[in-house]
Amino acid sequence: MMLVILQSSSILGTIGLPVLIIGALGLLFGLILAIASKLFEVEIDPRVEEIIAVLPGANCGACGQAGCAGYAEQIVHGGEALDKCAPGGADVVAQIAQIMGMQASAQTRKVAVIHCSSGGYENTRWKYYYEGVETCKAAVNIAGGPNSCAWGCMGLNDCLSACKFDAISIDSNGMRLIDLEKCTACGACVKACPRNLIDLVPINRNVYIKCSSQDKGGEAKQICGSTHPCIGCGICMRKCPVQAITITNNLAQIDYDKCINCGLCATVCPTKSILDLLVGTRKKAEINPENCIGCTICTKVCPVKAISGEIKKVHVVDQEKCIGCEQCVPKCPKKAIEMV
Amino acid sequence: MGYLGEIFVMAMTAIFIQNFVLSRFLGLCPYLGVSKKLDSALGMGMAVIFVMTLASAITFLINNYLLIPYSLGYLQTIAFILTIAALVQFVEMVIQKNAPALYKSLGVYLPLITTNCAVLGVAILNTTALRSDGVTEYNFLDSLLNGFFSGVGFTVVLLAMAGLRMRLDMAELPKSMKGMPIALILAGIMALSFYGFMGFQI
Repeated sequence: MMLVILQSSSILGTIGLPVLIIGALGLLFGLILAIASKLFEVEIDPRVEEIIAVLPGANCGACGQAGCAGYAEQIVHGGEALDKCAPGGADVVAQIAQIMGMQASAQTRKVAVIHCSSGGYENTRWKYYYEGVETCKAAVNIAGGPNSCAWGCMGLNDCLSACKFDAISIDSNGMRLIDLEKCTACGACVKACPRNLIDLVPINRNVYIKCSSQDKGGEAKQICGSTHPCIGCGICMRKCPVQAITITNNLAQIDYDKCINCGLCATVCPTKSILDLLVGTRKKAEINPENCIGCTICTKVCPVKAISGEIKKVHVVDQEKCIGCEQCVPKCPKKAIEMV
Repeated sequence: MGYLGEIFVMAMTAIFIQNFVLSRFLGLCPYLGVSKKLDSALGMGMAVIFVMTLASAITFLINNYLLIPYSLGYLQTIAFILTIAALVQFVEMVIQKNAPALYKSLGVYLPLITTNCAVLGVAILNTTALRSDGVTEYNFLDSLLNGFFSGVGFTVVLLAMAGLRMRLDMAELPKSMKGMPIALILAGIMALSFYGFMGFQI
């Protein structure tokens, strides 16, 4: 009725009608949306938003989800474990635990370690001169890679470009250095390396096998550009006080659940293929004669036979032999051993 | 020619001859923005097909039963934008409630399409489009199908672009050409090749 009146009167019709119709349309859509937003309301758990805010937001995928938002969703609704976020570390785990009202599980931070001592300008032996696309992924497909060692680093820095946290740098020799402070163990470089040279090691373990060659000893020695290949001789395996080292396919591997960081393997390795970050910084054991009761427990646990002494008499540590593995310290019933 | 033939002509026209991206140059923003990965391109394409089909249907009704009877054709643009924006919002809510899986795959892309000119383009072009006989105007079903095929055309081109760009990532390029410059050159070459369809008379 009103529309008919508006149409008939000229000025009101030309101005009022469009205003009325568009206004009515807008109002109608507005109402529909308002009703729909109530009708189709999806309850979003506020905890999801909170967890997203806590997570680092790098969307690195180390947790196995598509991104940080996906992981937050899975924690709240899918019952995913709280400690999957490698970049966030213990801090984030604690914060998520607080949001979820759960106890945080203790988790040791891990860092990436490159298991090869080759790959620089000076210490790589080349099979041919590679001039293709500057990625390891492409180079590895051409006659098994440009370097003579089929297991070693090609030095084309796929790991470096995969690192989102700026934790990998290149030194003057073109070797990749991992900044243990910046590394978040997100695993991006582990996936990026086509030779699988990188893996994640707990940060409190500082002895690494710097080789991944499964070639036989003599062969590995000939082709390794850095002259520090693992030849699979097994000396480290026999010397390891806690049986943490195994040799498979001519290659030593450290089981970091067992490793006690003593560094004995690094000192006995004939090719120096084991890197010990703590060398020279370890403290030596010393027995406080006042507390020692001569129980001989420490002599039995010492892997290098550095402690001597008769039963019921004060024991002495031979400072020359002691490697600072701290095996004896927790075993002493009288807490008589100190590291100095 | 029966109605099926008409549909075939419409499909060929919308997908190849008058492709929305490459010959009408509409919807270039998602064409360059969301074509870095195949799976996100597919998600975007599906969302565009969905919204274009729905928008064609609703705007046809608005145009023929509201704007034309009251001779308000000059308000077409503003009325259509209003309709499309409201429609996309509404559809997003419905999907989020009733089909969470679909929402997860389309959800990110739906708001992006709200103001996509290709959607408004198909709605406006529908109002003036003629069937192959050159006389009959599009009816409701024609408009709906044209919206759908235009969406398919967009998706085909978007997927082709995404596939090419994923390969381009591996190519060795001069630094100044990396990223957007080479993508624009690629878009130009694709548009040229689609220009070859122009002369077809179906």
